[in-house]
Amino acid sequence: MSLNSWGMYPRIQSKNYAIEDLNKLDECIAYGNGRSYGDSALNDNIVYMKPYDFFKSFDEKSGVLDVQAGVLLSEILESFVPRGWFLKVTPGTKLITIGGAIASDVHGKNHHTEGCFSECTLEFNIKLENGEIKNVKKGDELFLTTCGGMGLTGIILDAKIQLKKIKSQYINQTTIKTKNLRDTFDAFERYKDEPYSVAWIDCLAKDEEIGKCLLMVGDFDDFGDLDYKQKSKLNIPFNFPSFALNKLSVKAFNWLYYKKAPNGVSKQRVGIDAFFYPLDSIRNWNRIYGKGGFTQYQFILPLENSYEGLQEILGLISNSGKGSFLAVLKLYGKKNDNYLSFPIEGYSLALDFKIEDGLFELLDILDKVVVKYGGRIYLTKDVRVSKEIFEVGYEDIEKFREYRKANKMDKKFNSLQSKRVQI
Amino acid sequence: MSYVLIIGAKSDIAKEVARTYAKNGYNLYLAARDISALEDLAVDIRVRSNVEVKLKELDVTDYDTHNEFYKFLEQRPLGVVVVSGYMVEQNKAQKDWKESLNTINVNYTGVVSLLNIVANDFEKQRVGFIVGVSSVAGDRGRKANYIYGSAKAAFSAYLGGLRNRLNESGVQVLTVKPGFVNTAMTKGMDLPEKLTAQPNEVAEDIFKAQQSGKNILYTKWIWRYVMLVIKHIPEFIFKKMSI
Repeated sequence: MSLNSWGMYPRIQSKNYAIEDLNKLDECIAYGNGRSYGDSALNDNIVYMKPYDFFKSFDEKSGVLDVQAGVLLSEILESFVPRGWFLKVTPGTKLITIGGAIASDVHGKNHHTEGCFSECTLEFNIKLENGEIKNVKKGDELFLTTCGGMGLTGIILDAKIQLKKIKSQYINQTTIKTKNLRDTFDAFERYKDEPYSVAWIDCLAKDEEIGKCLLMVGDFDDFGDLDYKQKSKLNIPFNFPSFALNKLSVKAFNWLYYKKAPNGVSKQRVGIDAFFYPLDSIRNWNRIYGKGGFTQYQFILPLENSYEGLQEILGLISNSGKGSFLAVLKLYGKKNDNYLSFPIEGYSLALDFKIEDGLFELLDILDKVVVKYGGRIYLTKDVRVSKEIFEVGYEDIEKFREYRKANKMDKKFNSLQSKRVQI
Repeated sequence: MSYVLIIGAKSDIAKEVARTYAKNGYNLYLAARDISALEDLAVDIRVRSNVEVKLKELDVTDYDTHNEFYKFLEQRPLGVVVVSGYMVEQNKAQKDWKESLNTINVNYTGVVSLLNIVANDFEKQRVGFIVGVSSVAGDRGRKANYIYGSAKAAFSAYLGGLRNRLNESGVQVLTVKPGFVNTAMTKGMDLPEKLTAQPNEVAEDIFKAQQSGKNILYTKWIWRYVMLVIKHIPEFIFKKMSI
């Protein structure tokens, strides 16, 4: 069957297998809900994880939930928000599986206070290359390699995760409109005690306006109801023609988004879906980039170099005229011990680009700047980074490679991406 | 809260139908031949939705047990959803009488036996709903699938008659005609994406149609029109076609 991930690029032919087929396969990679952007879950053979979607247990006292790897975060929210529980760590989409959340060691708006998904993962079971099922706990080397390990250590079967208590389904949000990058950094600094924060950057701003943004921070309200229901979604039923997303339309979108917000500081009270998952309300939003697909370029720079690096990269993007529909900036907290987890302390920027001529050349240029400032690229979003650029950013890469080799994982579990960057 | 009885609870569609009713607060009886295969699902639904889930052993083709089965349910169900079904490749069914007979018995004879009992009870109580999952394959016989299709055609006709009879007693009968659904039954078949539903979409459609008192549901909705076209192709052309 024809298979792709969220970026719709590349599209490949592959065969679907069940976990039970593992011993028959020479090489494979687990595929969940297809929400990583590039080629991290693509290969000729995939183990399709969605059917493994059983909830196993929940402890009302401790808030520990045990689920199979194919369960979506949205299913957890649907069952548990009305009972006063929320995910401790959630990325900007709820349409990913638990297995994917662990393999990508995802993070969210509260990285600076709660860390990555592995921080709320208490233990999991994984099926290894030889068919053995291992129970893995925090501190095990298999935990350090599997969390953020892009599915390259085995097939994650199920996991126990810690949920957090909430008293309402509402978030008190403060929106800060800034004028330039310095202003944006100051705002992040000023609001760093808020549990949740993220900024939307206007990437096409020029000169002294470069880096202007809407910074949104907030926390759950202690008062209000828990009557959470997921609404039916707006659908984009077909791929937009490729001219739909040109420089002007992106500019118009960014302008509208920025203009819509009042000047200075404003306050809102919003629901879970509006605050955490604004794009999930549009099903298939990836189709607006046309059938050629798109990619997301996400990098992070160490704190001390973030300002200089971002100034340079935003300048390059602005001059290139290549539109980014979405540009998300965030200040991260301390890095964890997992070998391949993306977050380090510093600022991360994520931008969407339509796949088109000249794009990969531009990204190659950005890569060099990222490396120059000691930054790294996020594999979950990536579809094109070279081995050389990738490995400069990850100091534990050799430990990861050796572990894979020593445990014979390097032959069995591979994706197009793992072969490209040779991990 | 009321119970819904799901017959043939092991299928992928049944799993999602069960989850959907539970999500909306209904307790469940899940009936299947081998209930040990349903234990994980029962746990899943209890954890997800905090409702009662009871497993009931039932062989759809063991007609003599049906009266007892229904009588011994702890509490009369408010609704019954029949999802049980059996499909083998047409080739096997036409060569092997046992396969043909099993197709007819699971898809038709057995559910008639069960629904007769349910209908008599609901009619007397003047309350309840019956949902029968038939198939678009029953709308017209095709060489690719006519043994299964003819059993489903009979089931659809049965449900139509039942609806007519029970209308007076205020009992709802919903006929569900799924087109292609991505399930274990269709695994390995190369299905056209636009015409193929996911089991959870089928379940949502069924729940909504049942709650709003509908009579016949095609799911995905486009199948109503696909079948409208297929049903209207003149026989002298149709017999030469391969669809």
